Amino acid sequence: MTTDIDSLPIDTTGTGQNRPTRKRPRESRGTLAFSRQARVKSVVKHVILIVAALIMIYPLLWMVVSSLRPNDLIFQDPSILLKTMHVQNFSNGWNALSNPFYRYLLNSAIVVLGAIIGNLVSCSMAAYAFARLHFSGKKMFFGIMLLTIMLPIHVVVVPQYILFSQIGWINTFWPLIVPKFLATDAFFVFLMVQFIRGIPRELDEAARIDGAGHPRIFLRVILPLMVPALATTTIFTFIWTWNDFFSQLIYLTDPNMFTVPVALRQFIDSTTTSDWGSMFAMSVVSLLPVFLVFLFGQRFLIKGIATTGIK
Amino acid sequence: MSALGELSRLKKGAKGERTQNKAAFVFLAPWLLGLLAITIGPMLISLYLSFTDYNLIQSPNWIGLDNFTRMLHDTRLMNSLRVTFTYVIVGVPLQLGLALFIAMVLDRGMRGLAFYRSVFYLPSLLGASVAVAILWKQMFGTTGLVNQVLALVGIQGPGWISNPSTALGSIILLHVWTFGSPMIIFLAGLRQIPVMYYEAAEVDGANKWQRFWKITMPLLSPIVFFNLVLQIIGAFQSFTQAFIVSGGTGGPADSTMFFTLYLYQKGFGQFDMGYASAMAWVLLLMVGALTAINFFASRFWVFYDD
Repeated sequence: MTTDIDSLPIDTTGTGQNRPTRKRPRESRGTLAFSRQARVKSVVKHVILIVAALIMIYPLLWMVVSSLRPNDLIFQDPSILLKTMHVQNFSNGWNALSNPFYRYLLNSAIVVLGAIIGNLVSCSMAAYAFARLHFSGKKMFFGIMLLTIMLPIHVVVVPQYILFSQIGWINTFWPLIVPKFLATDAFFVFLMVQFIRGIPRELDEAARIDGAGHPRIFLRVILPLMVPALATTTIFTFIWTWNDFFSQLIYLTDPNMFTVPVALRQFIDSTTTSDWGSMFAMSVVSLLPVFLVFLFGQRFLIKGIATTGIK
Repeated sequence: MSALGELSRLKKGAKGERTQNKAAFVFLAPWLLGLLAITIGPMLISLYLSFTDYNLIQSPNWIGLDNFTRMLHDTRLMNSLRVTFTYVIVGVPLQLGLALFIAMVLDRGMRGLAFYRSVFYLPSLLGASVAVAILWKQMFGTTGLVNQVLALVGIQGPGWISNPSTALGSIILLHVWTFGSPMIIFLAGLRQIPVMYYEAAEVDGANKWQRFWKITMPLLSPIVFFNLVLQIIGAFQSFTQAFIVSGGTGGPADSTMFFTLYLYQKGFGQFDMGYASAMAWVLLLMVGALTAINFFASRFWVFYDD
């Protein structure tokens, strides 16, 4: 039974072509199966799935609704029906912390932007070397690169903290950005290597015959063709950096430098807080960028996960 | 090919091709610098510090294995290991099991696939955030959403977060809630199993159960393995959820004191950097050992067709 699996065109580039099992008639359309029983089964399945989907997103809906409710209602009404819009929560929350909330959004945006540029530049360069160049010790280096994907951050965080504090980088964004320019997010190197391998080598060859060296092949041939991989990297870097808490918590202790996650934490820190509405309002604000990226970048997200997760 | 597949295939490969060392060095320069300055260098320093009493103010003194023997007698640390292992051993299989189950329900070009996939995937994007951890803390509070819903059916729920016997369970539930990203990987894997296998099996009279165990599981096993290894490694490093839900304390009664949270408290709360480094290396060794065991065990259940 294993004989013909090897010959299947397996989609390593994630371009969605050559997918043998994708377009197939719905099972229930067969003359035999198109019975009342199959229909009932399908309806039951959808009902269960819809209920499951509702349970999954109910907490998020409840949070959004709670951000628009007066405080005394939040913990009394489990429904997600809004009778009035208590938008003051947003203005209260915006000004509840030591800085107006836009300050934290701005700080997060700076860190995210730096991380994205860093990852795009450094990871694509490393990926080109691993995917296209032959060099001594390549297999060893590639192996090391793959291992670093799985390395717990805690093993390096203490010395990194000492290093960055000695050069005066605590309460700056440098410890969060500079490592990205050094391709420390090896996951993206791997993702891009996978993608470049799917680009026909004939294109490189043609450019080489025209006299192009590696920098030019990389910039003019490979980079334009790997835009989908770059988009995936951008989106994942955005979400992971925006959500990242541990390193931002460690390196940023000055309230003026707080990013969104570190700032949000203050809402639960002060045990006396009873302004739940404001807290939920700012939580919603903090999730909004991720949600928008999810809405518009879903295609790249799903492809990115699928192609690095399977062969 | 997955990262794990790559690792196990490194031995094979062409030899004797012209090398382009100079160009490769230029392209790899940022990565190499990062590897030395941000990864390997700090790892070695952290190994050294684990044998010292460094506290960020005084220069480190060599104290041999003291940090490691101290760990053996540190009941809070031993408790944090128990909490972390419980989280991993309960949370990871539950999350992966649900991911596989939903992926199988969603497979095979059903109507509304894209919609369901999006809804199930969204929580795994938001789940690592502080905002969702805050939401979880409120949902599982004494008067939170969960108890409000339970009250509708006449059940008086406990304060899930404030009760030591249920607090960890609430955080595990948050982990299970983020099953979307392994689900996407399973979906992609299921698509690559040729339908004709199922059709042939059906003709031969195999029932659903038999088709699952004889076709789906063997052909999907490399992907199950990949998910298992990565999720275990990731779960060991969970930090944000426990930190936010417990307000940074690991409470109530240390019931949500993850190993990483204790490491944070020691290293960045008390600046006991030597001890924190020793803990970090114990974490690395544990994760490494578990991954090695996983790889070894995979010989008996993971089926590579090539």
